[in-house]
This record gives sequence, C-alpha cells and structure tokens, in this order.
Amino acid sequence: MSATSWAWLVLLFPMAGSIAISLSFRVVPARVAGAIGTAAIGLAFACSIGVLLSLLGDEPEARHHASSLWDYANVAGIDVKLGIYVDQLSTFMILVVTGVSTLIHLYSYGYMQSDEGYRRFFAYLNFFVFSMLLLVLAGNFVLLIVGWAFVGFASYALISYWYRRTTATAAGMKAFVINVVGDIGLVLAAFLIVRELGVFDYEAVFAAAPETFQRGEWTITAICLLLLVGAFAKSAQVPFHTWLPDAMEGPTPVSALIHAATMVTAGVYLIARTNILFYLAPTAADIAAFTGLATLLIAGTIALAQTDLKRVIAYSTMSQIGYMIMGVSIGAYSAGLFHLMTHAFFKALLFMAAGSIIAAMANRQDIDRMSGFWKAMRFTSVMLLIGGLALAAFPGTSGFFSKDSILAYAEARGGMYTWMAVGGYFGALLTVLYTFRLVFRVLPGRPCAEAQELIDSGHVFHAEPENPATGEVEDTDVGFPGAEHHIAEQSRPMALAMAVLGFGALFAGLLQVPGVDNVIFGFLEPAFHDSPLDAIHPTVAHEWEGLGIGALITFTGIALSYLLWVRRPELPGLLRERFRPLYLLFLDKWYFDEAIDFLIVRPALAIGRFADRTFERLVVDGLVNGTAGTVRGASGFVRFAQSGFVRSYALFLIAGFAGLALYFLLSAS
Amino acid sequence: MSIEWYIVLSSLLFAVGAMGILIRRSPIVILLCLELMLNAGNLALVAFSRMVGNQDGQVFAVIVMVVAACEVVIGLGLIVAIYRRKLPLDVDELRTLRG
Amino acid sequence: MEEILFFAAALGALGGAIGVVLMRNPLFGVLALVVHLFSLAILFLLLTAAFIAAAQVVVYAGAVMVLYVFVVAYVGDEHEPAWEPIPGQRFLAPLLGAALFVELSIAVLGSSLLALDTDGPDVAPGFGDPAEIGKLLLERFLLAFEASSILLLLAAVGAVVLAARRRDLDGGDVGTPSERFAPKASEEGAPAAPPTGGPS
Repeated sequence: MSATSWAWLVLLFPMAGSIAISLSFRVVPARVAGAIGTAAIGLAFACSIGVLLSLLGDEPEARHHASSLWDYANVAGIDVKLGIYVDQLSTFMILVVTGVSTLIHLYSYGYMQSDEGYRRFFAYLNFFVFSMLLLVLAGNFVLLIVGWAFVGFASYALISYWYRRTTATAAGMKAFVINVVGDIGLVLAAFLIVRELGVFDYEAVFAAAPETFQRGEWTITAICLLLLVGAFAKSAQVPFHTWLPDAMEGPTPVSALIHAATMVTAGVYLIARTNILFYLAPTAADIAAFTGLATLLIAGTIALAQTDLKRVIAYSTMSQIGYMIMGVSIGAYSAGLFHLMTHAFFKALLFMAAGSIIAAMANRQDIDRMSGFWKAMRFTSVMLLIGGLALAAFPGTSGFFSKDSILAYAEARGGMYTWMAVGGYFGALLTVLYTFRLVFRVLPGRPCAEAQELIDSGHVFHAEPENPATGEVEDTDVGFPGAEHHIAEQSRPMALAMAVLGFGALFAGLLQVPGVDNVIFGFLEPAFHDSPLDAIHPTVAHEWEGLGIGALITFTGIALSYLLWVRRPELPGLLRERFRPLYLLFLDKWYFDEAIDFLIVRPALAIGRFADRTFERLVVDGLVNGTAGTVRGASGFVRFAQSGFVRSYALFLIAGFAGLALYFLLSAS
Repeated sequence: MSIEWYIVLSSLLFAVGAMGILIRRSPIVILLCLELMLNAGNLALVAFSRMVGNQDGQVFAVIVMVVAACEVVIGLGLIVAIYRRKLPLDVDELRTLRG
Repeated sequence: MEEILFFAAALGALGGAIGVVLMRNPLFGVLALVVHLFSLAILFLLLTAAFIAAAQVVVYAGAVMVLYVFVVAYVGDEHEPAWEPIPGQRFLAPLLGAALFVELSIAVLGSSLLALDTDGPDVAPGFGDPAEIGKLLLERFLLAFEASSILLLLAAVGAVVLAARRRDLDGGDVGTPSERFAPKASEEGAPAAPPTGGPS
C-alpha cells in the first residue's frame, strides 16, 4: 500500500471511532466505548507506522506525496481538493500524535472510569485526534484551516467537559474565543496567499512563493505575520496565551493530550511547514523567534510562583513551546521538532503523574497541601521524577539532547541569535528551578493527610467533591467529576501508559546523540532542503559544548532547588518578602489577563451594551415598530372610507367615473 | 329624428338613474333606479344598432334584458330574505360590513 | 309624425324616470317605471327594433314588473327618514348626475361618429324582425345565448335558496324565520302565517 493510502487510513480510524462511540450511546457498556476509542487510535498509530515504512522505501529526496479524494471547492478560479500531503514532517507529526494519543486513551480508560460522561469523553477525544491528524496531514491551506477549527472546537468541548462547573465553561469559552482570533489570522493569511499566488496546495504555493515574492517584501511579511497570529493563539504564546492556564479546568488526560503534547504544538508545525514563506519574510521570522524567547522567559517566571499543580505544568508547557517556536523560527526545524517529540513524552508523563496525585488528593490541586507522596505512591513518584528530570534536561534524558540542539543551532547561526541562546539557557535554569520546586514539594517529607491515608489503608482519600478553584461544593452526577478517583497504583491501564511514556522520556534522546547517531534529523532534514537556513549546522564539538553548559545549568538548578525547598524551607518565604513586587508580578501572571480585560473585553462589553440598549431599542425597534405604527395610523385614516354606507360607496364610484371622463374629455380636446 | 337625439335621451335617463341611486334609501327603489340605468343602456344600444345598420346591437340588448331579469330576481330575493328576518329595509341601517 | 311620437315617448320615459326617483311610495315608483318601459318600447319601435319592443313589453313590463309588484305588496310601505346621515350626499348627487349627463353627451356628440346626425342607413324590411334576431342569436351569438341561459338557471336556483324555509337538521320544520324570531308573547298563537306589517 502506498504511503498516502496508509495516511487516509490514519485519518479514517479516529473518525470512525468517534462516530461509533457516539452512535452506540446506550447500546454498549461504557467500558466498551473506552476500548473502541483506544483501539481506534491504536489502529491509527499502526497505520502511521505503515506510512513511515512505505515512506522509507522511497529515496530521501522523493519522500513527499500528495493525494486527494475529490474536489472540495472548485469555483471562481479557486481549486481546492480534499487532499493530503505526506512527507517527513507530516509523518513525524502523525507518529507523535497517534503514539502519545494511544497512551493517553489508555490512561483515560482507567482514570475516567467513574465519570458519568465516560462515553462522551472518548467520543470527543477521538474527534480531537481526528482533527489534529487532519490539520497535520492537510495538503492545502483550506483543509488546514478546517482541521485548525475542528481542533479548536474539540479543545473547547473537552475543556468544558465538566459542563456544570461554571469555571470550566468560562475557561472553555475563553479558549475558544482566543482560538478564533488566531483562526482569523490564519484565514486572512490564506486569503492573501490565494490573492497573490492563486493556489492553495502546499506544493504549488511553496514552489510559486520564491518566484513571486522578493525577500522582505511587505506582502509576504504580512502573510507570515497573520500566520503567526494563528500559530501564537493555538500554541499559547504571548500575548495570546491567557487561555492555557485556564484550560487546566479540563480533566487531566485532556490537559496531557491537548494542552501539552498535540494541539499546542500546531503552531510549531505551521511555522515548520511554511518555512519557505518565513524564509522570505525574515522580519516575521525574527518576531516569531523573539516572541518564543519572551514567552519562554515570562512563562518560566510565572511557573515559579504558582501553587496549583496543573498550572505550574501548564506554564511549563508554554515555556517549552516557546523553545520550539524559537527553534523553528530561526531555522532549527529538525531540532524544534525533535524537542516537540520529547516534550510530548515527558509533558504527557508529568500530567499523568499529576493526575494520579490529584486523584490521591481527592481532586485537590494545591501543592502547598501536598507532601510525602514518595512514601505513599512509589510508582507515580518515580514517574513524576522521570518526567521532571527530562523536563529539566538532566544529562542522558531525552529533554537534555533536544533542548540543547535548539540552543546549539542558535549559537551556530550567530549574530543576535547567540543572545537568544543565552536567553534560552537562562530559561533552562528557570525550568529546572520550577520543576524541582514541584518535585521537592510533593515527593519528600512527612506525608500529608491524604498520603497518610494511602499508606495506612491503601484507599484513596475521600473528601466532599468540590471545585478546586473556588471551593464550591458539587455533586458527582454527569457534568461533574465522578465519585471515585483512580490512581496509577490501582489502575493497570494508567500504569502501563505511564510506563511507556517514562521509557520514552528517558531514552528517546538516544536517537539523536550528536556525533553518534542521526536518526531523527536524518529523517526530517530532506523535508527542509528548500530552505537555505537548513544548511547551517553546528559542529559536533559545538553541540557537545552546548550540552556541557546545559548539564552544568541543570546540576546548579537542582542544587539550588534542593537548598531552597528541602534544606532551608524558610528561604523562599524570605525571598518572597524581599522581592515582593516581583513576586506579585509573577503570581499575577504579569497582569496579561487584566490588560486584555481592560483593552479588549471591557470595550467589547460596552459595545454590546450600547448595541443592546441604544441601537437595538431606538434604531431597530424604532424602525420596525415605527413602520408598524405608521401603517396603523395610515390605515386608521383610510378606515374612514369604509363607512358601511352603500350610497356613499356609490357616490365615490360615480364621482370617480365622472372625474375620469372629464380627464379624458379634456385631454382629447 | 337623427340618432343623436336618442343618444342624448339615453344619457339623460342614465344620469337620472344614477342620481336616484345616490338619493334613495329603500333597496326596492334603488333596484328600480338600476333598471332605469339598464334600460338607458338598452336604448343606446338599439340606437347605435340602427345607426350602424345591423342587428348586433339588438341582440346585445336582448342579452342585457336577460341579465337585468336575473339580477332583479336575486335582488328581490335578498329583499324578501331581509324582510323575513325583521331587519330594517334601509341601506343606511344595514351597515355592519364596515371598517 | 315621427318627431311628435319621439317627443311624446321621450317625455313619457323621462317622466317615468323622474317619478321612480322622486316618489315616496315604492308602489307608485313601480308604476312609474312601467310607464317608462312602455315609452321605451315606443322608442324602440321608432328605431325599427320590433322584436326588442315586443320583448320589452312582454318580458320587462310584463314579467319583471309583476315580480316587483308582488314584492312591494309583500314588503309594504316604509317611510324613509328625512335626515341624511352621509354628509354632502344630497348636495352632491344632483351635481354628479348633471355632470354625468353633460360628459356623456359631449363624449358621444363630440366624437367622430359621422352617422350620428343621420337617420341611419336604409334597411331591409325585415330589420329588427324576430326571425333576424333569432337567426343571429342561434348563429353568431350562440355562446352568449347559451351563457345567458345558464345565468337564468343560476338566478332561479339562487332565488329559491334565498327565500326557502329553513329546515332544521332532524327534518322537522322550524317555520319561516319570522316565526322563529317572533316574540313569544302568545302561547296559543299558531305560528302559521308570517306576521304582516312593517319590519320591527
């Protein structure tokens, strides 16, 4: 079977799974729905491997195929086909997406067991995977936008999954609105592309772009800036990032899948895919790189101050994606994608471990109340530690090799990009600090009450169900989390999924050790051969130099964290007091939410209020009711003629006839 | 007599009939005035037929007579029905069909 | 001779018309109309429309007016009130009538019909005879002939329906509407004959 046939199958299975789960709503037991969902994605993963194998059968330079099913829109000179494009980049993405998704489905099979809406969860999750695969496999900009929008919807549906929680629905709406802003940017970019180049297909666009545009021309810069709006909104980069922390309202598997491993990487994919366009618009590429750098640093500082377990990991995601965006913007395409892959592994793992801990805490997420889980939940703690080590780029872990490959490239490119590398290393220090703040708070020490309960009785701590953000009491019916909480130690599927990811987080980096092997880069690079930036390679010596600096930073960071949060726990409090304004800035997330509220939300609400009270009431109602009133008045006036007197009707008749005759006589004379 | 005398007479009778409709209030008299107008029309028809020299106008006048007869029948039937229901036979009183 | 006859008939017609319009009692109005119809018959004869004249007398004055007489006898007399509810009607009506007359006359007399001031062409002796009219009715104007017979049928059916006694659904006889709506003053009164007299 050809690569594209396998690719169509990859698209088919999740969609079929979603439809099957939806249609079999009351027919099959809930567990079966979960199994269908997991199997569907598993089959998709198998087919992705099929794509890879058949792609490997081609020559490295010929590994790109397009295939289309039928004409999607063929009107007014625009020809859009329902087509996919299979090359190294899309194959890489579908492998990562389906692989991680299978494991997360497996995890959800156990984690969401006591939730009343179990089936709905899997239907939405399958639909999400389908949309993400569509986004990545799309062969033209229109289908990309379709996949982009579907993914936004799936994210909204899953964030608001516990729909009876007002905080969850508000967060879902916030995510959706910001995503739509990004969609607008993407759609406008597509408009400009078709206006300038006349085509939508990737192959045609990327072939025509260097012929049509001068490097640095304003049209191509505009296109790329609009693409960036879309990418930043989807990947939660500053200033479109405010939805991601709130998106943690969704269940933990959702956070793991959508907001760590897959959806938020769509922006990275977009920039990598359109690398030729970005090469032609260096201003836009630099803006993207700087935004990535800024996000990296800002998110890192915010993560240092947060006390909600999932939010710390969310800001960490934002920060790591900043690395990836920075990477693909400056030309380190393969490096950025490599980091995407390793990040998917260890971030999903971190979320899964966090989910297990939150379950043990009866759905509470405050790290100030957690301690001593090392003794209570050994497996989960080990997984959390592995994830943390990979995130902190501990030597030998996957994160170590991937993060530093980006920074090595930045240095090799020289000029101002060296400063970006410096910023990146500083961000790495921040990463280690906030990661091990987490680890040293939650794992060691005297077990908290919930952990103690686990140690003593082996049962998960039971508490009154409440909203972790507001403390509101809830029930456990559909629309709220279920009554029981499942931890990895007691649920085989969860443990299995986490173990596989742990393996990947630890050892996936060994696929790309500088100077030793070149599996990932060797596979990916031919896809980017058209871009001159790809020709820049840091030397092996430089790479090892970077790795050395990275290792140094990691060790320093771990030592510092140990000091602050284990040895001298009073120090963080003192630092907070000393640098209070800075602490408040970090805690309040750099006031982005407040700024957006002031600049955008309030004027929008004011416009809405004006439209409702003034415009609607006076103009629209006035027009409509005024018209009706005028008609009524006029007809009241005319009603006098309907007196009911036959003789007066006869009078009018004869008078009219006489008048008419007079007119004709006069005009004839 | 030349034809124009007949025509003028016909229009005079027509105008008298029209005036009668406008003035009288009894339905019977109004019907009678309608007869006047119809007959004036008949007179004009026959006069023109004489002027033209063929009998088409006369045939037309026969048909008009038939129509007038039918209309009278129905009209008088209505008047009888109104009378039977003890309603006043006065077109100004019978005015519930109004806006 | 012809002129005298014409003026006499014209005066008769006009007098009859004005009588219809002005007479208070409807019976006198009917009689005035009969005079008018007879005068018109004479005028038709002057126009060599013999059949039409005969039909006018037989059908119009003979049948239609008899019908009127019956109804007027049934309905009786009523007095029209003097007060005019419609403003301006009494004033405008003669005005409009005059205007109508003047306009129609001007329209016809001022038209370019050349033969208006003649007596008409010489016609064959059988002009206006029943045979001629009958031939035209059955040959050239057959459709109109048939249509008017259908119209007659409709009128006959309509008259029957309008004046029929209403029977209730069980088949019993509910009597005439006058009987049904009669005030229940007398118990022993047999509601056989509808009450005569003016409308209440």
